[in-house]
Amino acid sequence: MSLRIVVTVKYVPDATGDRHFADDLTVDRDDVDGLLSELDEYAVEQALQISENSDDDVEVTVLTVGPEDAKDALRKALSMGADKAVHVEDDDLHGTDVIGTSLVLAKAIEKAGYDLVISGMASTDGTAGVVPALLAERLGVPQVTLLSEVSVENGTVKGRRDGDAASEQLEAALPAVVSVTDQSGEARYPSFKGIMAAKKKPVQAWDLSDLEIDADEVGLDGSWTKVDTADERPARTAGTIVKDEGEGGKQLAEFLAGQKFV
Amino acid sequence: MAEVLVYVDHVDGAVRKPTLELLTLARRIGEPVAVALGAGAADTAAVLAEHGAVKVLTDDAAEYADYLVVPKVDALQAAYEAVSPAAVLVPSSAEAKEVAARLALRIGSGIITDAVDLEAGAEGPVVTQSVFAASYTTKSRVSQGTPVVTVKPNSAAVEAAPAAGAVEALSVTFSAQATGTKVTGRTPRESTGRPELTEAAIVVSGGRGVNGADNFAIIEALADSLGAAVGASRAAVDAGWYPHTNQVGQTGKSVSPQLYIANGISGAIQHRAGMQTSKTIVAVNKDAEAPIFDLVDYGVVGDLFDVVPQLTEEIKARKG
Repeated sequence: MSLRIVVTVKYVPDATGDRHFADDLTVDRDDVDGLLSELDEYAVEQALQISENSDDDVEVTVLTVGPEDAKDALRKALSMGADKAVHVEDDDLHGTDVIGTSLVLAKAIEKAGYDLVISGMASTDGTAGVVPALLAERLGVPQVTLLSEVSVENGTVKGRRDGDAASEQLEAALPAVVSVTDQSGEARYPSFKGIMAAKKKPVQAWDLSDLEIDADEVGLDGSWTKVDTADERPARTAGTIVKDEGEGGKQLAEFLAGQKFV
Repeated sequence: MAEVLVYVDHVDGAVRKPTLELLTLARRIGEPVAVALGAGAADTAAVLAEHGAVKVLTDDAAEYADYLVVPKVDALQAAYEAVSPAAVLVPSSAEAKEVAARLALRIGSGIITDAVDLEAGAEGPVVTQSVFAASYTTKSRVSQGTPVVTVKPNSAAVEAAPAAGAVEALSVTFSAQATGTKVTGRTPRESTGRPELTEAAIVVSGGRGVNGADNFAIIEALADSLGAAVGASRAAVDAGWYPHTNQVGQTGKSVSPQLYIANGISGAIQHRAGMQTSKTIVAVNKDAEAPIFDLVDYGVVGDLFDVVPQLTEEIKARKG
């Protein structure tokens, strides 16, 4: 038996940088360093663990859709231990929304071939958290999402989903789409050996024509949503700051009472 | 007047507050038609009617509890086809967002997630979002299909607006995918008696400075004096001092209460992403240089083990 895992990853602007919008109201990627979305590291980690815990022949492919420097995200995942990578890059993708992104990812996943798709719970820039569900809808396979624990055995994926009201045990037959939370297990750091090995691993490049997607299905014009304005939030006016000299708690209570919270 | 579908988040018939907030927003763009699914669905009708639902479509099939997400998508699609609404509004809970996204794709419509406000506009609803850790406010709209919008808790006031709320059975045919993901076990979360974190009007959080699981008792005591929910920073959760379900931040929950009190939290960007839209922000921290103080309306530079118990006592005394 063999198991083909595709891990979807995203190259995102560093949240600790000063993130801005460009003139066309898409994310300005020139101003801020990019990196592999932290939440996707957990997805790579779970793919590697499934591979390591399996008696089957497992192949882990990392897939990203993004501009040239999104290769950095793939290199990071390869240096963690993924076997190969696919990079979908096309100028016409600029400004694609979640629905369009799910189309491109689904076509690329089908072209790559898969038994299991693993995604992070959300990207750290858009934070919508809906792409895994959209992938399951497009691929017509079960979604087993927001897992804090995941395992694969005999063609079945099982996991635990911790919701607000309850913790659920889930089960589905492969092929399936899984997403994992930051509770699924700390992601490993690439070793020196891993970093060296990653340089020799194959990175396949596809564009929209390889995926048989028309340019008008994606990009800003193909988006089913439109951003009309993006305004920087005004800086908060400086608050009152006091040093505790024995009465700090009482002073704070006074402030809260003045604001009618007490 | 156009009808607007509102997806109801409820637990065994008890409607959660964000759904009532949605009804307020839905009335700005049309007449709310609520969709309630699963055990206790019909029990939601009275409170939905009090808040403006002209109709409540219900179905209590076992599939909604036995399988993940897809049966609910099938049902919402059936409601969409029955009503032909001007928009579909869904609460921004993790599961409801997944339901909304799959519905949007099926009906060929754009989706906007995590709205913090919504108004009627010439080209359909205008949706406000707070993005990049709340450093930007955007206004967007759905440009294709019937707008599907998910809305964050505390985005509108709950308003009473009595309406008919006539209960109608929704006829649902489940798709082939509906039974794909089995729920083989369910452990209900034990209630702490405190408000739900994302819905609470006041949130009291603890971070690295709390320095131990046992010490969270003083954070809980402050929260209880104010009737607040308890939150925790990632550092506190990763250290095992408080459950992940209470984590506030980029990888946890996003909260937008009237009052947020951060104790022993430095205010890294990842935490700020989850609380920066709070109306009033208060912090207690030993480190006067902590970035959280850039956000506060009121800050106390001091040891939380001195300040927080004194604050709790003072609040209790004032409430008498």
